[in-house]
Amino acid sequence: MGKITGFLEYEPEDRDYDPVEERIQHYREFVLPLPEDELKKQGARCMDCGIPFCHNGCPVNNIIPDWNDLVYRGDFKKAIEVLHSTNNFPEFTGRICPAPCQEACTLNIDDQPVTIKTIECAIIDKAWDEGWVEPVMPRHRSGKTVAVVGSGPAGMACAQQLARAGHTVTLFEKNHKIGGLLRYGIPDFKMEKSHVDRRVAQMTAEGVKMRTNCHVGVDITVDQLTQEFDAVVFAGGAEQPRDLPVPGRELDGVHFAMDFLTQQNRRVSGERLKVNKEIWATGKNVVVIGGGDTGSDCVGTSIRHKAKGVLQIEIMPKPPEAVDKGTTWPDWPMKLRTSSSHQEGATRDWAITTKRFLGEDGKLTGIETVRVEWQRDEKGTMKLVEVPGTEAVIKAELVLLAMGFVHPVHDGMVKDSGVELDPRGNVKANTEAYATSKAKIFTAGDMRRGQSLVVWAIREGRQCARAVDEFLMGYTLLPR
Amino acid sequence: MYRAGLPEAQGLYDPTRERDSCGIGFVANIRNVKSHAIVRQGLQVLANLNHRGAEGADPLTGDGAGILIQVPDRFFREECKSLGITLPEVGHYAVGMVFLPQGEAQRRACEQAIERCAAAEDQKVLGWRDLPVDNSVLSDEVREIEPFVRQIFIGRGDNCPDVDTFERKLFVIRKQSHITVREKSLAGPEAFYIPTLSSRTICYKGMMLATHVDGYFTDLKDPRIESAIALVHQRFSTNTFPSWERAQPFRFLCHNGEINTVRGNINWMFARRASMSSKRMGKDLDKLWPLIGDGASDSATFDNALELLISGGYSMAHAMMMMIPEAWNDNPLMDAKQRAFYEYHAALMEPWDGPAAVAFTDGRQIGATLDRNGLRPARYIVTDDGLVVLGSEVGVLDIPESKIVKKWRLQPGKMFLIDLEEGRIIDDDEIKSELAAAHPYQDWLDKTQIRLVDLPADVEPMAPDPKTLLDRQQAFGYSQEDLKFFLLPMAVGSDDPVGSMGRDIPHAVLSDRPKMLYDYFKQAFAQVTNPPIDSIREESVMSLVSLIGPRPNLLDMESGGSHMRLEVKQPILTSEELEKIRHIESREDNPFRSVTLDICYPAKNGAAGMKDAVDALCARARDKVKEGYNIIILSDRGLDADNVAIPALLATGAVHHYLIREGLRTHSGLVVETGEARVVHDMCLLAGYGAEAINPYLAFDSIEHLEDALPKDCSVEDAHYHYIKALNKGLMKVMAKMGISTYQSYCGAQIFDAIGLSSAFVDAYFTKTATAIEGVGLLEIAEETLRRHKAAFGDDPTLRDDLDVGGEVQYRIRGEEHMWNPDTVGKLQHAVRGNSRDVYRQFSATMDDNSRKLKNLRGLFEFKWADEPVPLDEVESAAEIVKRFASGAMSFGSISYEAHSTLAVAMNRIGGRSNTGEGGEEAERFKTLPNGDSKRSAIKQVASGRFGVTAEYLRNADEIQIKMAQGAKPGEGGQLPGHKVDAVIARVRHSTPGVGLISPPPHHDIYSIEDLKQLIHDLKNVNPTARISVKLVSIVGVGTIAAGVAKAYADHVLISGGDGGTGASPITSVMHAGAPWEIGLAETHQTLVLNKLRGRIRVQSDGGIRTGRDVVMAALLGADEMGIATGSLIALGCIMMRKCHLNTCPVGVATQDPVLRARFKGQPEHVINYFFFVAEEVREIMAKLGFRTINEMIGRTDRLDTVEAIKHWKAKGLDLSRILYKPEMGPDVAVYHRESQDHKLDQALDNQLIAQARSAIDTGKPVKIETAVKNTNRTIGAMLSGEVAGKYGHAGLRDDTIYIKANGTAGQSFGAFLAKGITLELEGDANDYVGKGLSGGRLIVYPSKDVKYKPEDNIAVGNVVLYGAISGEAYFRGVAGERFAVRNSGAVAVAEGVGDHGCEYMTGGVVVVLGATGRNFAAGMSGGIAYVLDESNDFELRCNKAMVALEPVSEDPRATNRPPTEVNGLSEVFTNMNGDDALRLRILIERHMHFTNSSRAREIIAKWDEYLPKFVKVMPIDYRNALAKMQTTAEREAKSEIPMTAQRD
Repeated sequence: MGKITGFLEYEPEDRDYDPVEERIQHYREFVLPLPEDELKKQGARCMDCGIPFCHNGCPVNNIIPDWNDLVYRGDFKKAIEVLHSTNNFPEFTGRICPAPCQEACTLNIDDQPVTIKTIECAIIDKAWDEGWVEPVMPRHRSGKTVAVVGSGPAGMACAQQLARAGHTVTLFEKNHKIGGLLRYGIPDFKMEKSHVDRRVAQMTAEGVKMRTNCHVGVDITVDQLTQEFDAVVFAGGAEQPRDLPVPGRELDGVHFAMDFLTQQNRRVSGERLKVNKEIWATGKNVVVIGGGDTGSDCVGTSIRHKAKGVLQIEIMPKPPEAVDKGTTWPDWPMKLRTSSSHQEGATRDWAITTKRFLGEDGKLTGIETVRVEWQRDEKGTMKLVEVPGTEAVIKAELVLLAMGFVHPVHDGMVKDSGVELDPRGNVKANTEAYATSKAKIFTAGDMRRGQSLVVWAIREGRQCARAVDEFLMGYTLLPR
Repeated sequence: MYRAGLPEAQGLYDPTRERDSCGIGFVANIRNVKSHAIVRQGLQVLANLNHRGAEGADPLTGDGAGILIQVPDRFFREECKSLGITLPEVGHYAVGMVFLPQGEAQRRACEQAIERCAAAEDQKVLGWRDLPVDNSVLSDEVREIEPFVRQIFIGRGDNCPDVDTFERKLFVIRKQSHITVREKSLAGPEAFYIPTLSSRTICYKGMMLATHVDGYFTDLKDPRIESAIALVHQRFSTNTFPSWERAQPFRFLCHNGEINTVRGNINWMFARRASMSSKRMGKDLDKLWPLIGDGASDSATFDNALELLISGGYSMAHAMMMMIPEAWNDNPLMDAKQRAFYEYHAALMEPWDGPAAVAFTDGRQIGATLDRNGLRPARYIVTDDGLVVLGSEVGVLDIPESKIVKKWRLQPGKMFLIDLEEGRIIDDDEIKSELAAAHPYQDWLDKTQIRLVDLPADVEPMAPDPKTLLDRQQAFGYSQEDLKFFLLPMAVGSDDPVGSMGRDIPHAVLSDRPKMLYDYFKQAFAQVTNPPIDSIREESVMSLVSLIGPRPNLLDMESGGSHMRLEVKQPILTSEELEKIRHIESREDNPFRSVTLDICYPAKNGAAGMKDAVDALCARARDKVKEGYNIIILSDRGLDADNVAIPALLATGAVHHYLIREGLRTHSGLVVETGEARVVHDMCLLAGYGAEAINPYLAFDSIEHLEDALPKDCSVEDAHYHYIKALNKGLMKVMAKMGISTYQSYCGAQIFDAIGLSSAFVDAYFTKTATAIEGVGLLEIAEETLRRHKAAFGDDPTLRDDLDVGGEVQYRIRGEEHMWNPDTVGKLQHAVRGNSRDVYRQFSATMDDNSRKLKNLRGLFEFKWADEPVPLDEVESAAEIVKRFASGAMSFGSISYEAHSTLAVAMNRIGGRSNTGEGGEEAERFKTLPNGDSKRSAIKQVASGRFGVTAEYLRNADEIQIKMAQGAKPGEGGQLPGHKVDAVIARVRHSTPGVGLISPPPHHDIYSIEDLKQLIHDLKNVNPTARISVKLVSIVGVGTIAAGVAKAYADHVLISGGDGGTGASPITSVMHAGAPWEIGLAETHQTLVLNKLRGRIRVQSDGGIRTGRDVVMAALLGADEMGIATGSLIALGCIMMRKCHLNTCPVGVATQDPVLRARFKGQPEHVINYFFFVAEEVREIMAKLGFRTINEMIGRTDRLDTVEAIKHWKAKGLDLSRILYKPEMGPDVAVYHRESQDHKLDQALDNQLIAQARSAIDTGKPVKIETAVKNTNRTIGAMLSGEVAGKYGHAGLRDDTIYIKANGTAGQSFGAFLAKGITLELEGDANDYVGKGLSGGRLIVYPSKDVKYKPEDNIAVGNVVLYGAISGEAYFRGVAGERFAVRNSGAVAVAEGVGDHGCEYMTGGVVVVLGATGRNFAAGMSGGIAYVLDESNDFELRCNKAMVALEPVSEDPRATNRPPTEVNGLSEVFTNMNGDDALRLRILIERHMHFTNSSRAREIIAKWDEYLPKFVKVMPIDYRNALAKMQTTAEREAKSEIPMTAQRD
């Protein structure tokens, strides 16, 4: 299958970006797809491993070698069938997934991994272009109803799978449009929202009822749901952001990253902002606190806002640029990752913590920082220690807190339903049954596992759908 | 108390698995002159064959021996007189030899039974005689089961007009007596047996050593015991349980061999019963059933069948030709009439297939025959005074050379017969021509034979639409892998696809996924007791011809030309061919009526409905046969959403066995039309359970739908043709791995073991198939079938447009579970690289959990912890435990130099053992490195290819491992393609770069257990300090073989699991051959303990051992040592790419590509860490079990329990108690290795030779030695060579430094591994294996000066001469046996004629044959050159030209004009291998003349111009190309130097 010696013959090639100076002028996607003949070569680099480590590296267990081979042979139509069999939304993951599959690729041991993500994206993009993506209609209707609360990737995947199993599914979304973080969190320059819209159209055709602007726990009670529906799935995400409770937190100019990003996404799509005050980075010194993907999105957005300068700081030490693959592969390694946003003109600093926010007239002017070290105490646990004499003040008019999310929002739906929580504050359920402590109520995605990747959300949505189907019917044919 | 020898089945020990093998012989006076001398000589032959037999735990317990002679009338007449019995004239009375119970009442009851049976047949009982016996020669153990031996005298009744009728009546009396005694239990708990009852012959046999036969039966010392013939037999049984009746000879024969198809032969004999009738025998025929006693050895079974044929009127020779036919199919050399004879008889009886040398007699004629492949030795001599001596060896009687007029051997498929009444020898051609001319067989065939190809074309059904196809594929369990790994590659490449690494998925019975019924069966294979066949290189003996339809009456000798037969060339039918059969009735004058029976039933009846459906099917089959339909087609084409198909294999087995039981099976043919069968294994099973032809229609349809994936130049028809070809090759390979060469014998032979099927299920539908651990029954099989059916026609979204992923070959989500998966591989590598015990613990916890999640048998076991654990620090240290570990046999060639040497360094550092694998080892590695490390592998493997197996290699071993089989491909050979043979590998393997290398399926010096004993002896001679190990693969019955191995004096036996890895092997074999190590190990341990042999031998196990828990399991089940091969490779970086066979290993482990090898990152520390982690884990478990040492733990199955919670829907029927059985033998019997073998090296002639050559060895000063030799002097020169190689390496000494002149007949392995500098000159002759592994020495054999015969027409040396020779010279004045110079790498040899398969697999060296060759010369020959003198101008027909070209030898003045007396050295022979042929030939013939004084050579030299054109040069094509390439490279290099020199100028 494939080309046995492809990996020895073809150089790795991946998608390139539009030049920085061009792309920061707009909010559109700027990744340049590979030409098809190049793509085939990249597919041919796949070695069709006896154990495809990519396969487990990928949370939705994409059957990567099979579609790599199909792309090599030019059979995109069959490729999308295989791809869709494990992943409801490959166009999302093909754009914004950090691609743990590629870390697990056996070519990554000594070489550059197969450009799996690029191939995935090309397959689904072509499929949409060719009109191969069609609604998948169930053969039989079960007569059962399911409410899925939260229309992020987990909720969408869950709803789509359940609809395909023949259940009547209603997808509840508190915002104006479907998509959750996909729509409101991820900037358009990473993923344009038309991708979400197309899927909404497909799901609508498959029979999923969309109830937007309906905040469960506010507009409708959990009890109403459990009475009305045969099963309820909580897929409301982990929206409670981690705060930085240091002096000056209340100053004007200190914002949660998600508030900043959501506003910009609404602006791009022409949606009403529904806020008193807009957050702009334009002309400001911006400090993004938190070194993750959300922070990176804040960096890219700030640059497009034409900020004066953007600094991203991180409390953890700078990760190594290369890792010992002998002891990391095929797992996800801690290493320095530089995103397209970083390339657009941000500085980064590590092992640094914020002591206080400084301000004048209630307005932020800067932050006071200190360097930290991680030391092991006598019990062997790692402890954070400030390095004396390293205090500094950084000028800043806008600080964006991108330090992650602690757990789901408890007030409202979660509390009202009375479901049990796990020690981290997430809704408790295992990955077999996805059932909460309350009858008929299931949970999936970040709401269950805590903040994570889109691809994990899709996996949970799919698996939860399977569990719900089995709960409703006594058996299930939905794939895990 | 006389009991029927073998113990009851207990644990995994099963007496029906016994194997034996032997030495045979006879002495006869051609002129029928009876004398006591003949009897004495017979006994002498026995004594001289003693080394071919074996002794048990007690040296007095032989495996049995005996002698069959003509009834000594004078002796009995006088003896009877004294007893008051008056004997009538000769031919009017018979003597019966009877083994009776010791208990008097029972004895009397048995005697009366015989008397009554005789009376019932109107024969007169004359009286009884008590035999004088001396049981002091028996061992205590045997004395306990000694019978009371008496002789009965019966007078011929008036109803017998002639002796033949009388003999037939005696047959009936004997049978009836046995039946009566058994049915009425007259013998009580004791046994009863009549060895012979005849007016012509009598047999004295029993459980004594060969040398004690006349010691026990003192009659035999009486000079009045006179006979013109003495047929003798000495048995080597794989166990030591004494059994009087298994001793041979039987009534008509003694047999050295195995009948591989015996289960099928028995079934077919049974099936024939109803269709059998005989005018001659009349009602007597019915009195003979059951003809074959269950539990009889295959030789006894053969004897029973032969006796029936003879009684039915066939002559002895005729019957033998039916049962052991020559390879007649596609033999261009066979006479047309003989061919017709064989072809005609093929319909009457399938061959009793297997290696065989049979000596037979009825008292009037005596003869012998050999199987079609000549897999047993038989040599004979004829003297000028009419004496014939035939034996497994030559030299068994001291006969002056001057009296001998002929020395010859039995050739494959040939017969040798002496008619005592006519007083002459009848040779093969005469016997067969006469029989072939007796009837117009060809006319009969022309009238009755219908070939399917000749029938008019029919229309085949159209393939269905894709949707229907998909549904059907799903219902029949197709997965994506079936298309990707099997159908497509087969349809394109015509080969059964190859993969690599081992099987790590659950057994069918433990899998959560619905498995095919085929998956519950494992292919059996030959190891040790009989050889597998090379179905590719020895295709000449293979045949896939199948006869469909009813079989004629076996005993019908009258109406020969009336029985119609339908013949196919091979059993896989296209859909068109099936339609031909379906519509066969429409053909005029056609005797066939076919009926199609639908094997589907309503799906709504569910799983529970299958039983009724099967019963109904059988009943319908019976009714149809009774209605006169004579071809039954079982078809599942009726499958649809509403109708589910009974698994085709179940339907086939059920109908086949039902019809056998009803006595109807031979009335009808059985054809299977199925969508279910698709891969080779499936076809094999259908065939093995009775299908005469198979139409896998869905596979054809599927291939049609793969059209887009086919190459452009491959049409659908081509693809179908390729697919059939691939199945044919695969079928032949599977047959051949069991040593079976014809489909007719394979059909119904049930060469499978069931893993995970219940006895009830097997008994009902696969009767007599072994099932070791019980398991599922019909209901579960039905449930699996229904699940597939439901999924196919259901709504499963993953199956809407696609097949199930499968995931058996490759790991896949939603596919089958694998032990090695991303998680376990990653964790192990992280652990060993980071030296982290914590991560290792995670690894082993996951692995053990995988085991427990029912993925393998040991997962079903739990430890019974001790009440009081021992403190960890009191447990044997890890440093000690790791010494018991080995890293597995992996050749340099299959893995990279880096991986191979890193493993060696690691194992040497911890005191464990690494293994060279098959492929030699560079001598540089034998030296210790400056840092103290060593890259020398402690275990040197000796496999069938013998690559690089020199005296030096063997000398540098701590352990020499004879690889009989490999878990991933037991019974198969291997092939290293030319592109992998680079300069280094070629050097190590003593071959040519770029030329492919073949390892044959069998060791050509091991066709039987006594051969293995010989090889062990050879190797031990070369290196007396190395322990000799034998590697076997787990299978039901392996324990018995292991017992044989222990008796053959192996120091070590490895029981390898069928799940073990491979660098390249057919995927079918990886998946379906060999059993889990747990079964084989447990059986081995139990059998060895029961035989009191366990202490003499170390037992090792491997094939999927990965964690400390696994190691402890192995010890508890009986292993002293454990091997971890795949695990150690993974520690070194292997990631289970399963690409070893493609040379693209991306981590540099299993590749020779320098770019990829550079990626290798393994370190010795990684392996060391892993092994210590395992050992520490072992210690922790031992502490909890309360064991301080491993030895205490071995065999303690009482500390294992089966997991109580076997709740798995399939696994719940498993019964593991037989694995956990612990034989209780008392404290004296060792249960772990604690003794040592006595190799009897002190008896070797070499001890004297070494003493005499001491100064030569020490100082290099030449020495000349003269010695007498006889056939019991085996392996002459090997120990001496070991001494030389130990001191001087492969380079050895200067030529002729040690010159030994020997006189007489040399025993086997004369000059084995002879080192350079030693010359062995033998005046006389030699047995098999002369010069095996020749390592530079010179061998000269010529007949005694006294002989009167023409040396070039007589045999000088036996079979398999120069096997695996590396270098050196050999000159044989006379003819050599079969397989001359097989796998020769570099020796030069001259002989004056050779047998079949000459120069097979040869890769180098030069062979000159100054006479005729046998068939199949140069098969698989990839290197070296042969020159054959082809005087009869038919060599082309005898040569296998698949890999060689035949050319004339062109004249060369340098050759012609040589001074006649000069003898040149060998240097010119090898200078220009791509030319100088005449010169090379001339030099070699001159040397031959010089060393042997050959008159033949002298004649040729004298008439050089006349003879030269008659020589044919045999040149391997690849070899010539490789030589040319090397030459151009050398020239280019030479040229490139010219400009540089020019510049200097």
